[in-house]
Amino acid sequence: MSLNRSDIENIAHLARLSLREDEVAGYVETLGNILAMVGQLDRAETGGIEPMAHPLAGLTQRLRVDEATENDRHALYQQNAPQVESGLYVVPKVIE
Amino acid sequence: MSAAPLHSRGLAALASGLAQREFSSVELTRHLLGRLEAAQPQLNAMVSITGEAALAAAARADGAIASGRAGPLTGVPIVHKDIFCTEGVRTTCGSRMLDNFVSPYDATVVANLKAAGTVMLGKANMDEFAMGSSNETSWFGPVKNPWNTAMVPGGSSGGSAAVVAARLAPAATATDTGGSIRQPAALTGITGLKPTYGRVSRYGMIAFASSLDQAGVLAASAEDCALLLGAMAGFDPRDSTSVDQPVPDYAAALATPAKGLRIGLVKEFFDQGLDAENERQLRAAFAVYEKLGATLVDVSLPNVGLSVPTYYVVAPAECSSNLARFDGVRFGHRCDQPRDLLDLYKRSRGEGFGAEVKRRIMTGTYVLSAGYYDAYYLKAQRVRQLISADFVRAFEHVDVLAGPTSPTPAFPLGAKTSDPITMYLNDIYTIGANLAGVPALSIPCGFVHDLPVGLQLVGPHFSEAKLLAAAHAFQQETDWHARVPAVWQ
Repeated sequence: MSLNRSDIENIAHLARLSLREDEVAGYVETLGNILAMVGQLDRAETGGIEPMAHPLAGLTQRLRVDEATENDRHALYQQNAPQVESGLYVVPKVIE
Repeated sequence: MSAAPLHSRGLAALASGLAQREFSSVELTRHLLGRLEAAQPQLNAMVSITGEAALAAAARADGAIASGRAGPLTGVPIVHKDIFCTEGVRTTCGSRMLDNFVSPYDATVVANLKAAGTVMLGKANMDEFAMGSSNETSWFGPVKNPWNTAMVPGGSSGGSAAVVAARLAPAATATDTGGSIRQPAALTGITGLKPTYGRVSRYGMIAFASSLDQAGVLAASAEDCALLLGAMAGFDPRDSTSVDQPVPDYAAALATPAKGLRIGLVKEFFDQGLDAENERQLRAAFAVYEKLGATLVDVSLPNVGLSVPTYYVVAPAECSSNLARFDGVRFGHRCDQPRDLLDLYKRSRGEGFGAEVKRRIMTGTYVLSAGYYDAYYLKAQRVRQLISADFVRAFEHVDVLAGPTSPTPAFPLGAKTSDPITMYLNDIYTIGANLAGVPALSIPCGFVHDLPVGLQLVGPHFSEAKLLAAAHAFQQETDWHARVPAVWQ
């Protein structure tokens, strides 16, 4: 599986990553190599095999009673935010 | 009073010295803080050393001991990998993205060990977001191997491993997604256990690949690992994958002899990739087990050779999803003067993440993208099922599996940074246990060119007690785990 510059630029866009010009060539090569290595999986006969999403079979999602268990700590949490105003997270204008 | 310096004693010995008032926790904490500070220029093992808080916690521990309220780990200093959230303390995950992040809460592992009375000395350096096998992807610079500072300590828990190997702390927490506890344990000559998936809570442990990540322990001996694991394991309603099963008394189980233990030697792990000198040390270790009355059986895991390709689909896929939360809005790095929201996302992430993390996010994005999902992700999940079934089948015939932890001893800094695939192949023997969710540990079993070699033992789900007992039996017969680099003695 080989990738070109525009493939990498497209993947980076989907992943919301800006790449410097000089980073792109490196990723063309290394992602291509990784996908080639991953291509070994084609050797495995997997007809009729269930995909495994979780390493412990038979466990199901636990549920709890629907009641409030947490306090409002937004002021504490927002201490880590890059920009807040009146308790809100500030981002560049989205709607003109 | 024993002549052994405090830093050379293990967790169990320190706990009993504290309980018997041979020395105080403040005295011990001050001694280890001094060693951590002094070692920092050479090893770079820590991201944060929290001296003031540590001394305050030690003083509280001394109070508890004096008033007879002490538990088995009260006053014992430890280090946490900087992947665990620590309330009021900077938690970076080795990334520029979280360089200024102060966690508003404790991870359950941290809370459990706090409740057990341990004293946190600080936060250990690590590969960025736990993605790496050499501790060279950290935003805070590489960690050096205490046995030879030109060599890597392994990764991603390289800081935790170096701290224990250089006897700067008796034990450290760590995490293992594809070998990040066991491989650094092997490369630094210490003992490291990755428990069963779900045994230890992942709440507050910054996520990399959620179906593989598991918290565990690093210490000099299996006995010390048993003590620490007992204090941190257990059901946690805050982690939906935490398993509601009682925690056995791991320390009590250590006495189980190795006599009659059926050890499966994994045929596929003694292939051409394994260093010949490493293999000699392993064969000598197997002979020790035979002498102890264990039986060696040849075992095959026919699909385990596909572990690395399977992992490099599943782990990046989960990573690309988990790391989507770092958006430059609620916490973490934000770029200067974003033009618009898209520019804010892209540049904050592009600047905040390092090269390897970006590589994995993009690999994951690709294998999950429209048109490729079935060919890569679903295929890898099916192969994961085959690999997992290999382990289940093997454990019908043997108690534990044995083999190398890593193909070679520690390698020089910079030797593998330019070729990701060469780096990924370091985890060729460790990834299988993560894919199957089974517990595994690494214990030191010899030296090659003055560098430690690790032996890996793998057990069925929830067999931590059995693995620790098998490791302990070996450590009663050998002294590899007690070796300390001369400069750190």
